[in-house]
Amino acid sequence: MVIKMGLQVQMAIRRNTLYIRLNGELDQASSTGLKVRVSEIVNKYYIRNIILNCQKLNFMDSSGIGFIIGRYSQIRVRKGKIVLCEMNDIVERIFNLSGLKKICQVASCEEEAEGFLEVA
Amino acid sequence: MHNEMKTSFLAKSENVIYARTIAVGFLLNLNLEMGVLNEIKTVISEAVTNAIVHGYGSDPSEWVHLNMKYDDEAIEMEVIDYGIGIEDVEKAKEPLYSTKVDEERAGLGFTIMEVFTDRLDVISSLGRGTTVKMKKKYYAK
Repeated sequence: MVIKMGLQVQMAIRRNTLYIRLNGELDQASSTGLKVRVSEIVNKYYIRNIILNCQKLNFMDSSGIGFIIGRYSQIRVRKGKIVLCEMNDIVERIFNLSGLKKICQVASCEEEAEGFLEVA
Repeated sequence: MHNEMKTSFLAKSENVIYARTIAVGFLLNLNLEMGVLNEIKTVISEAVTNAIVHGYGSDPSEWVHLNMKYDDEAIEMEVIDYGIGIEDVEKAKEPLYSTKVDEERAGLGFTIMEVFTDRLDVISSLGRGTTVKMKKKYYAK
């Protein structure tokens, strides 16, 4: 699925977890489109956890952080979790600056991320 | 060595990617390290997004201006809007502060600009608009 200029998204649902694989750039324009799509799916399929695969995400600014905070507040009421994985250096720098560490976990890959969710 | 550019574009969120791309293109000659280029991409993205979303309330008929120049030591960037202006610049710069709380904004724009540049000046007046000036030193590879 192409959200908007600069971002492609692959999504999959396994049990109550939504897998989002991002490819491209997450900024104001693309995060607005992504937000609409993801929040709809989270509600419709009663998603509890989100695994955000950032392997092919090559740019993110604070609009992307806003998107993650928004999804966290959506699944928090279901005691869900957000796990980010495969962040590159650029994305990780923004992530570290944002203080999102307090509400999200970080994994090296999707399998490790799944591990975090099963322990819960 | 000295170079300058000025560009203007409509206050549409699609144009944030244009601003980032043109900024990076303008600096290609400097042969900067990837890390430095990415920091510049990010601060341009933050300042331009602010101008569009906050300055103009996403009114796509308004214009945002991006001016850049460099010499042997530093890159200077200026993002200008003639929108609503910022009432309290110091407050706006505080981490996590946002005037649009219902819109999932992180309130990190100015924090990122401050961390990724060497100097940040915000000149704003209510009803007249905002100019964000940033300066970043660099070392030739």
